[in-house]
Amino acid sequence: MKRLIIKNGIVADPLSRTEVKRDICIEDGIIRGAGNGTGDFKKSRSADIKIINADGLYVLPGLIDMHVHLREPGYEYKETIKSGMEAAVSGGFTSICCMPNTNPPNDSASVNNYIINKSKEAGLINLFPIGAISRGLKGENLSDIGELKESGAVAISDDGNPVSDTSLLARAMLYAKTFGLPVISHSEDLSLRGKGVMNEGFTSQALGVAGIPSIAEEIAIERDIGLAKYYGAKLHIAHVSTAGSVDVIRRAKKEGVDVTCETCPHYFTLTEESLLNYNTNAKINPPLRTGRDILAVKEGLVDRTIDVIASDHAPHSEDEKDTTLDNAPFGIIGLQTLLPLTFKLYAEKRLFLHDIARLVSQNPARILNLSGRGGIKEGYAGDITIVDVRKKWKFSENKIKSLSKNSPFIGMDFTGIAVYVIVSGNVISAN
Amino acid sequence: MSLKKDLISIKDLTKSDIYSFIETAKEFKKISLKDIKKVPTLRGKTVINLFYEPSTRTRSSFEIAQKRLSADSLNIAISQSSVTKGETLKDTILNLESMKPDAFVIRHHESGAPYFISKITKASVINAGDGINEHPTQTLLDIMTVMEEKKDISSLKVAIIGDISHSRVARSDIFGLSMLGADIYIYGPYSLLPVTGFKDIPNVRIAKGFKEAVKNADVIIMLRIQKERAGYHFIPSIEEYRNFFKLTPELLSLASKGVMVLHPGPVNRDVEISGSIINRDKTFIFKQVENGIAVRMACLYMLLGVQKSLEPDI
Repeated sequence: MKRLIIKNGIVADPLSRTEVKRDICIEDGIIRGAGNGTGDFKKSRSADIKIINADGLYVLPGLIDMHVHLREPGYEYKETIKSGMEAAVSGGFTSICCMPNTNPPNDSASVNNYIINKSKEAGLINLFPIGAISRGLKGENLSDIGELKESGAVAISDDGNPVSDTSLLARAMLYAKTFGLPVISHSEDLSLRGKGVMNEGFTSQALGVAGIPSIAEEIAIERDIGLAKYYGAKLHIAHVSTAGSVDVIRRAKKEGVDVTCETCPHYFTLTEESLLNYNTNAKINPPLRTGRDILAVKEGLVDRTIDVIASDHAPHSEDEKDTTLDNAPFGIIGLQTLLPLTFKLYAEKRLFLHDIARLVSQNPARILNLSGRGGIKEGYAGDITIVDVRKKWKFSENKIKSLSKNSPFIGMDFTGIAVYVIVSGNVISAN
Repeated sequence: MSLKKDLISIKDLTKSDIYSFIETAKEFKKISLKDIKKVPTLRGKTVINLFYEPSTRTRSSFEIAQKRLSADSLNIAISQSSVTKGETLKDTILNLESMKPDAFVIRHHESGAPYFISKITKASVINAGDGINEHPTQTLLDIMTVMEEKKDISSLKVAIIGDISHSRVARSDIFGLSMLGADIYIYGPYSLLPVTGFKDIPNVRIAKGFKEAVKNADVIIMLRIQKERAGYHFIPSIEEYRNFFKLTPELLSLASKGVMVLHPGPVNRDVEISGSIINRDKTFIFKQVENGIAVRMACLYMLLGVQKSLEPDI
């Protein structure tokens, strides 16, 4: 028997909503109990015992990033499954979910299997693929959703390409419901986005570039929630960025619609003004919005309208981003900055650490039906993230584990970092 | 017997109507087993078969039923009729009505067409399948086939699997079998199930999975999946449908020992049902076709023969 004991840490447990100092024991990859001092686990006759002293550290259920773009297969120069996982380890994640916009897109068991096999070769953390809603992500025909589920997909999404055809999305929701798969919607009205490259407002006006109106997101969320409500289907809305979107979702939840949503750290950290020098490393879709939107997103996190914080990690190469704002691709990396940026909300006393555990572990597990994950509980997978919330550090380019360095946060000072990630009882040093 | 002049919907029938059809059909079945398969029952009656959709089984079944009852039948091939010149359904019927037929047998791609026709003709109207609405004679022959094997319909678990939304057979079967008290389990992708569910119909529920639907089932009714459905996003592909919604020998083994597998035809072998299940004589598909003639003879007799003979002689 292989046993790991995590001693003296403060356990931030989303299930009990507590932060209590106690020890945790993981046996053969499974959480087998949590004591409240030393000596509780002495009875073992096993020779293989490893002890981690987490004195002064917080112990969270293994963090799950449910929105990551790994670029393999197809764009390995931006990111491979292995490099993405290394970035995830450094960011404190024990599980990540990868979006299907690879080349070929993940719309079949063969691509799904390829991705899962690659992740097993890398052998670091858990990878749960998200399959495509439509064949080839073209928005025309459903992909083989049952086959995707059977080969390991935990959700379906055409992330990056909103599903414009309303009947296709409606039937995707219904068909996926047959298999208990949630639909993750990138909600955006493409005709309203037009050629926009950043939030439509004073800054886009000042820069003289085409804007993306906030209503393009809100109107699409209204439609998608309407469908979920009408068809009684399960819907998760990706990367919520505007005050209006938070309002729409808050209202839907009050009405009892089976909808969940996520936001990303940049939407509660940066505004459109980050693009003032035509900074392509702040070009992202949905775009960075305004101070008012930041406040609304924070409120949504506090009042639980927003269920999840995910990174929307979207690597692009230096050359791809080294161009005009119009020409650069959308997207920034985020695996290594999610946790420190979220800790700012802890420092602002908006969130407890057990709230962070809920937003980045418990809820992603619940939404994606990852049973036995998302909490620190007897019988759950031995996935743990240990963090130091006091550690001060600078996010410099040489700390980036991703193959791509497209981050607007380079040079920023952070407080708090992941120290260890533990995956099925195996300890990996995070930083 | 509360029969009207028409047979348009199973919902118009009572339990005892259904049983009288079956009892009568049982008698007529004997005729088909004789050397001389003809009786003079409907001699002098004119029946017009108006098929706006392709059909092999239903059309030949009605035609044979008419011939065995000595009725004069007229088959209108829509592709060679004035319909191709733009004649409306109303005008077609009004013109044929002038020829004094006693019954119309209608197959139409539009739901409600037989009802529409019944309002403008004095002749009896028999619905031989309308759009995605109903196929009442199919249901009567399904019930007859089940009753030949199982005595008490109300004690049966019936699974109906597949494209429920677009199946007139499913709808008529659900109405009929529910009326007779069977426990009905529906299964198929949610994209092919009615959004409203079946809360308004007693004894009908949507199964959570294929296994729940067929477990200990006494009757399994498989429905044809139309290949075009993939084009309108209802299913991803025929391959996927085959992988998840096909009745396989393994699934069939979960059913009760004397399970009856029914299919209204035409069958897509190895799409909705494993060919081997048909090849191993596990189904009642051909028994259904056989009973189809008897049921249609009973319908023609009960709408034309019984009813008209009650009228006073002029």
